[in-house]
Amino acid sequence: MYPSRFKYESPKTIVEAIKLLDAGKGDAKVLAGGQSLVPMLKLRFAFPDQIVDINNIPGLDYIRFDADGSLHIGALVRHEHLEKSVEISMRQPTIAAAAPLVADPIVRARGTFVGSVCHADPQGDWAATMIALHGSIVVQGPKGKRTIAMKDFVLGPYANSLNYNEIAIEAVIPAPKGVARGGYLKLERRVGDFATASVAVALDMSGDTVLNAGFALAGVGGKTIDANEAASALIGQKLTEATIAKAAQLVAALAEPRTDHRGSAEYKRHIVETFVKRILVANSAQKVA
Amino acid sequence: MSLNEVKIGGMGASRRRVEDNRFIRGKGNYVDDIVLPGMLHMEILRSPVAHARIKSIDTSAAWDMPGVRLVLTGEMMAARNLAWMPTLSYDTAAVLATDKVRFQGQEVCAVIADDPYIAKDACGKIVVDYEILPPIVNPVQAAAPDAVQIRDDKAGQVGNKIFDWEIGDKARTDNAFADADVVSKIELHYPRTHPSPMETCGSLADYDRATGKLTVYLTTQAPHIVRAAVAMVAELPEQNIRIVSPDIGGGFGNKVPIYPGYVVAILASILTEKPVKWIEDKTGNLTSTGFGRDVYLKGEMALRKDGKILGVRMNTISDHGAFFADAQPSKFKIGLMHSAFAAYDIPTAHMFATGYYTNKAPGGVAYRCSFRVTEAMFFQERMVQAAADDLGMDQAEFRRVNFVKDEQHPHRTAFGFLTDSGQYEKCLDIGLEAIGYKNFAAEKAEAAKRGRLLGIGISTMTEPLGAGNSREYDILGIKMFDSAELRIHMSGKAILRTGSRGQGTGHETTWAQIVAHELGIPADDILVEEGDTDTAPFGMGTYASRSTPVAGAAIAMVARKVRAKARKLAAHLLEVSEEDIEWELGRFYVRGNQERGVTIQDCAMAAYSNMPDGMEPGLENVAYYDPPNLTWPFACYIAKVEIDPETGVWDVLQFVAVDDCGVRINPMIVEGQIMGGLTEAYAMANMQYQTYDEEGNIIGGNYMDFLLPTAWETPGFELYEVVTPCPHHPIGAKGVGECATVGGPAAFVNAVMDALKDKGVRNIDMPLMPNRVYEALTTGKDIYGMPPVRSGN
Ligand SMILES: Cc1cc2nc3c(=O)[nH]c(=O)nc-3n(C[C@H](O)[C@H](O)[C@H](O)COP(=O)(O)OP(=O)(O)OC[C@H]3O[C@@H](n4cnc5c(N)ncnc54)[C@H](O)[C@@H]3O)c2cc1C
Repeated sequence: MYPSRFKYESPKTIVEAIKLLDAGKGDAKVLAGGQSLVPMLKLRFAFPDQIVDINNIPGLDYIRFDADGSLHIGALVRHEHLEKSVEISMRQPTIAAAAPLVADPIVRARGTFVGSVCHADPQGDWAATMIALHGSIVVQGPKGKRTIAMKDFVLGPYANSLNYNEIAIEAVIPAPKGVARGGYLKLERRVGDFATASVAVALDMSGDTVLNAGFALAGVGGKTIDANEAASALIGQKLTEATIAKAAQLVAALAEPRTDHRGSAEYKRHIVETFVKRILVANSAQKVA
Repeated sequence: MSLNEVKIGGMGASRRRVEDNRFIRGKGNYVDDIVLPGMLHMEILRSPVAHARIKSIDTSAAWDMPGVRLVLTGEMMAARNLAWMPTLSYDTAAVLATDKVRFQGQEVCAVIADDPYIAKDACGKIVVDYEILPPIVNPVQAAAPDAVQIRDDKAGQVGNKIFDWEIGDKARTDNAFADADVVSKIELHYPRTHPSPMETCGSLADYDRATGKLTVYLTTQAPHIVRAAVAMVAELPEQNIRIVSPDIGGGFGNKVPIYPGYVVAILASILTEKPVKWIEDKTGNLTSTGFGRDVYLKGEMALRKDGKILGVRMNTISDHGAFFADAQPSKFKIGLMHSAFAAYDIPTAHMFATGYYTNKAPGGVAYRCSFRVTEAMFFQERMVQAAADDLGMDQAEFRRVNFVKDEQHPHRTAFGFLTDSGQYEKCLDIGLEAIGYKNFAAEKAEAAKRGRLLGIGISTMTEPLGAGNSREYDILGIKMFDSAELRIHMSGKAILRTGSRGQGTGHETTWAQIVAHELGIPADDILVEEGDTDTAPFGMGTYASRSTPVAGAAIAMVARKVRAKARKLAAHLLEVSEEDIEWELGRFYVRGNQERGVTIQDCAMAAYSNMPDGMEPGLENVAYYDPPNLTWPFACYIAKVEIDPETGVWDVLQFVAVDDCGVRINPMIVEGQIMGGLTEAYAMANMQYQTYDEEGNIIGGNYMDFLLPTAWETPGFELYEVVTPCPHHPIGAKGVGECATVGGPAAFVNAVMDALKDKGVRNIDMPLMPNRVYEALTTGKDIYGMPPVRSGN
C-alpha cells in the first residue's frame, strides 16, 4: 500500500485532536477504525495532508444505557463490541441483529460504529440503523458540543454535516416508550460484501401495539434511505398480516434502487419488501409467545 | 525387519507439510521479502481506458521529481527492440504501449525511483494524451464486419479473429445426428475469472555489469521457461541468467506467463546498474495478468431413445483479450478443450473453435486446469444433464449407461485421447450412497412443504493431467518432460532437486515421500530444493496438475537409479555377487539370509569411503522423465442445494466428493487440494466473475467486486476416495491438484438447475447469484451471459 504522503498525529485528548483538525483547515482527517479511510488512502481516493488518529484518546469506547433508557455509543466502540455486548442483545434488537452482519470478523474487530456513520456510505449498515432508530450524533468542535439528528447528519453519499474541525464523539439512541423491538436483514453476495439490499426496522411497542416505528435502507439508493414515513402504517396498530403488508409496501416504494451487477432495481425492491415482512412477522410471533 | 513405510514418511503417510514450519511463522521468503543493497523500486503507469491511440506522452514532470532515477516509455523500449515480446501462443504482446493501448490496465510507462512512494507519486505526474477508439468487449462486437481492428500492429491480421480450429470427425458426427432419436442442445457462457493468487506478481532484477550476470527473483511457476524466454528476448547468454523462484504465494496458472513488468524491471536494472524491484498491486494483478475462461460454448448431443449417446457437436467462441497469450501446448488453439466427454463412450464427436481479440486483458491461462479442461468438463456435465432431462431419464442412470467401463481402458475418446484407467461406476455409486440419492424425492417433497426448492446436481468427469508426452506436447517448441536430481550424502541424508516449482502445493513434503518410498531413507532426512535455475535441473514447471505425473515420476526414476548403484555397493560390502542381493525398504540383504544385510545409509557411506575398485565414487543421479501418456484421474462430485424462492438465495445442504487420483502419496495434502479446488469451484458457481462495461472498464478489478469466498459461506465438503493406480506411472499416481476446480462448478450449477427443472428453466450462466436465480424462477426464462454491469454513478 503506497498512499500519498501525510503527516500523522495521535493526540491523547479530544481538545488536542480538534486543534489539529482546525489547523488542517479541511486537509486533516480523523482516523478511527481505519476500515474505510485506509482503503481510500490506499486507492488514493483520499489524500489528506494530516491524519488525526483518535485511537489513543481514552474514554471513548463505552456502550451505556442511561437511567432514562437512552443508549450512548462512544466514538471508539468497535462493531465487534456491539456484536458481543449482552446488554445490546437484550435491549436493542436492531443493533444486535445488524452487528454480526457488518463486514467480516476482521473488519468488525477494528471498525467503529461512529466512524461508519460518519463515513455515510450508502451501503453502510450503521447509518441505516441509526436512521431507523431516530438516533443522533453528538459532535465536538472548537466552540464546544452540539447534537445533530441523524436525518440531518447524513447529507448524501460519503457526506456528513460535520465541520472540518469537528469530531463525532458519540451516537445516541433515544429511549423507547415501551419495549424496543425490531431487526435487521441484509442480502450480500458474500460475507463482508456491501449490501445488495439491507433493511433496518426499529419498533417501539407496548404489548402488541406499535407505539412508534422506524425504517431505513442501505444499498438501494444513492444514499442511505430514510423510510421512516412508512411508520404511519403501523403506529397505533397491531402487527397483523394486513398492517405488515402495508408497511412493507410503503418501505419498498421509498427505495431508490438501481440496476447493477448486484441485481435489477425490481429485484432489490422486492428484497426490501420481503425483508421488511420477514422482520415484522418475526416480531409479531415473538409478541404472541 | 523391513521399515514401516508410514513411519518413515513414505507413500501414504499424511505427513505434516515441512514448508508450513516457515509459512505459519511468517518466515516465508517471497520476492517482496528480498532486499538487496541499493535496490530501486518500480511502479507501472497503466492505461485508464480500454482502447485508444497514444498521441503523446509527457514524462518531464516525473523526471523532475527528486528520487526518480528512470522513466521508461514504449518508445524507449522500442529503441532497444523490447516494446513487444512473444506470448506462449505464438503471438506478440506489448511490453510498454507504443502505438495504442488495447485494454484498461495495460502497461504504458514505468517509473524507477528510490522508494515505491516516489515511484507511485511520479506515475501520477505523467501526462498521456489518448485519442479514444471504440472499445470491443465481446466476441460478437469483435466479429462485426465494421469492427475497428484491435491488432492493427500485426501484418496480415484480418479483422479481430485469431483462429478457426477444428477437431474430430465431422462427416461421421453428421451421420450420428441424422440417426438420432432425440437431439439435445445447450448453450452456455463460462465467465471470465481470475486465478487471483494471494501474492501478486513481481520481480527483483539484479544485473551485475562486472560479471555480466543477471539474477532475477521472480514469481514464477516455471523458472526454466523464464530463463529461456529472457535469453531470447533480452539476448543475454543463458549461462549468465539466473532465475530464482523463491516461495510462491499461490500460482493457479497466473504465474506461468512472462509479464511486461518483469521485462521492464530487467531493462531498468541493466540501465541503472542497480537492483530493481517491481511488486504489482492487487488491482494490477486482477486487471492485467492472465485470466481464466471467458468462453461461449454451444453444443448438441445425438441420442438414442434408450439413453445411448451417439455423437456430440461442440462449438466454442473464446475471448482472448488484446493479445493471444494462452499458456498452452502449441499444437492446440483452445487448449485441451477436446478432452470433453472423455469419461463417456461416445462413437463420434466434432468440435469447432473460434478465437477473437477484444479490448480486455490478455491471458487465457490455465487457471487451476489443464489447458481449458475446466470449460470442457463444465460444458460436458451441463450437456449431460440437459440430455438426461430431455430423455426423461434419471441423471445418474444416464451417466451409468454411457460411462466408459473399467475394462474398456485404455479407451480412445471420440476426440482422440487415450484414457488410462478408472472405475467410474464405483465412484458414482459411492457418491450416490453418501448423498442419499434414493431418499432424495422424499426429502424434496418435505422441503416443498416448507416452501423451499431442493435440487441435486452430479458432475462426473475424467481429465487429462500431466503433459507431455513430448511427441504431442510442447510449449514454444520445448518438449514437456521433467526432471529430478538426487544426491545422497555420506551420512545417508539427501538433497533432491527438481525442475518443478511448488507454490504452496507441498512439494517439499511429498517429493521427499517418494524418495522415502523408493529408498527407505526417512522423508525427514531429505531436503527438497526447487526454483533456482542455477542449481535445479531443467523442467517445464508446475501447472496443469503436471508435477506429480511428470516430476513425481522423475523422482521415482532417479531414486531407482540411485538404488541400482547402491545395490552394487551393497554387494561389495556384503561380499556377494549383485545377483544374490535382495531389496526390502531401506535395506539390501543376502538372498536366503535376511539377517545379513546393509542399510541404504551403509551404502551411502561406502560410496564415499569404501567403494569397490573401479567404481565411480559418490551416490547421485539425475533422471529426465517423458511420460508415455497423460494421467486420467476421475471425480464424482454431487451437490444438494436448497433454494429460498422468495430471494433466490441457495444454500448447499451437502456436498460429496469422490476422487480417484490413483495412489495417494500424502492423503492429507490430496485432501487439501480437493478442499481448495472445491472452494474455487463454489466461488465460480456462486459469485465470482470479471466482466467489462460497454466502455471497456473492468468490473472485478479489486476484491470489492471480484469476490473470493471465505470460510463463512463456503459449504463443508465430504471427501471419499477410490484408488485406481495409474498403469503407466512409476508409483501409480495421477494428477489431482485441479480436479475439484474443474469438475466442481457443474455439480453446483446442475443442482440449482435440478431444483428449477419444474419451472421450465434450463440454464442460468454462472455466477448463480441470488438475483439471477430469482429472475429465472419467477420468469421461467434462462439467463445467459454476464450479469449487467454497473451503470456509473
Ligand atoms: C472488507 C470490508 C468490508 C466491509 N463491509 C461492510 C459492511 O458490510 N457493512 C458496513 O456497514 N460497513 C462495511 N465496511 C466498512 C466498515 O464498517 C468501516 O469500519 C466503517 O465504515 C468505518 O468505520 P471506521 O471506524 O473504520 O472509520 P475510518 O475508516 O477510520 O473512518 C471513516 C471516515 O469517517 C471519518 N471518521 C471516523 N470516525 C470519526 C469521528 N469520530 N469523527 C469524525 N469523523 C470520523 C474518517 O475521517 C473517515 O472519513 C467494510 C469495510 C471493509 C474493509
